[in-house]
Amino acid sequence: MANLRTPLYDWHISQKARMVPFGGWDMPVQYKGVMDEHKAVRNSAGMFDVSHMARFSFGGPDALALIDEIFTNSAAGMKDFQVRYGLVCNESGGMLDDILVYRWPYGWAMVVNASNRIKILDWLNAKKGDRNVTIQDQTLATCMVAVQGPKAVELCKEMFADPIEDLKYYYARPTKYLGQNCVVSRTGYTGEDGIEIMVGAAQANTLADALLAKGVVPCGLGCRDTLRLEAAMPLYGHELNETTDPLSAGLSWAVKLEKPSFIGKEALAQKKAAGLPAVRMGLEIEGKRAAREGCPVLIAGKQVGVITSGSFSPTLEKSIAMAMLPAGTTSCEVDIRGTITPAKVVPLPFYKRAK
Amino acid sequence: MDLNTLHYAKSHEWAHVEGDICTVGITQHAVDLLTDIIHLELPKVGAAVKAETRFGEVESVKSVNELIAPLSGTVIEVNDKAAKDTSLVNSDPYGAGWLIKIKLAPDAAKSHLMDLKKYEDYCAHEGH
Repeated sequence: MANLRTPLYDWHISQKARMVPFGGWDMPVQYKGVMDEHKAVRNSAGMFDVSHMARFSFGGPDALALIDEIFTNSAAGMKDFQVRYGLVCNESGGMLDDILVYRWPYGWAMVVNASNRIKILDWLNAKKGDRNVTIQDQTLATCMVAVQGPKAVELCKEMFADPIEDLKYYYARPTKYLGQNCVVSRTGYTGEDGIEIMVGAAQANTLADALLAKGVVPCGLGCRDTLRLEAAMPLYGHELNETTDPLSAGLSWAVKLEKPSFIGKEALAQKKAAGLPAVRMGLEIEGKRAAREGCPVLIAGKQVGVITSGSFSPTLEKSIAMAMLPAGTTSCEVDIRGTITPAKVVPLPFYKRAK
Repeated sequence: MDLNTLHYAKSHEWAHVEGDICTVGITQHAVDLLTDIIHLELPKVGAAVKAETRFGEVESVKSVNELIAPLSGTVIEVNDKAAKDTSLVNSDPYGAGWLIKIKLAPDAAKSHLMDLKKYEDYCAHEGH
């Protein structure tokens, strides 16, 4: 089956992006280069086409009940216009996806990973039962662009019918772009301040051109990955999957075990009570060679885990990685393609922006 | 460096042959694909290299790739400057960013390598 293309596909080609398959889509991995794009986001502002991420909207009186059942975080406790991160777990506490939930006065919305779009849609429909909920998949009809970096809000503040600079972190605002409905949220996946903009597919090119004209640098998936790694944000399929749980992945803050019920709650409560054998940790690795995903992690010559994500960090100019390791680990070695390299456990995130 | 005088491998190394000495580097096309090279692993002087087999590794921010010897022989010089400052490979892959020099084996044959025109055609069609 051919990959899907976002409304900005031709725009990426015109900007000389190198396109790669990702999560069932053809996406830009880089334009001029990972390092320059990474630094643009840390120092100024960069834009990412994140239209491949799935966007669902929910209506009907029972929408909250359905979302609260499949979401490890609290949806009931959200204020209007608030955005909240959490997991969708199966009954045994394995992670089906990590998602964002949006609460509107008139309904709900959800952003889901591209590769999990159909899985989560099927899951929602299976768990819906006889509840009065309508679910609409708006992914293909809309475009989403993330503008990230210390200058992102300043550069974008006059583009919309309503102000956006007063938006609080993890809040969203429906407004207009060129007279058409759009949503701006103060969210992102880079460790920087910034916004994510959702517009109709017909406005996608105009929006991208307008951002480019303001000096926002087009950025690909390559630097999105190095940025999120520095910020220690887990990535589905790497740190997160159906065979690990959110507590071990360091996401207990997004799991509300005090909620009356949600799918996976009992299994997660049991795991917590039993103690976690391995948890997500950050590693700083000697030398410049990067420990890539799958590299074995050793203690005294014995394998204790594998690297889940690793790269050279453009900001810190060090080799950094995340791995699931036995609780209490402080130092270890990483087998980087045959070379046993010393590493030390460091607190996460690797990079935190100055506020 | 006159690119017309070089020989090119499918794995994107170039070879410049003068008598029985061959200088090896990676092409601009390889640099464009890799971007931002952060580490080079190169053989030691005296090491034997064999055509179409691995002689080292080039690592960029996002990926690791093997370096493949275009021709067989013995390493007589290694570009330590490029190993220390990998940006030389990014900025000048045919000049200051060369990688190794080989004394060619007597039976080293170049028939598997491409000329510039063939290499450019190959790059234009590869992966697209």
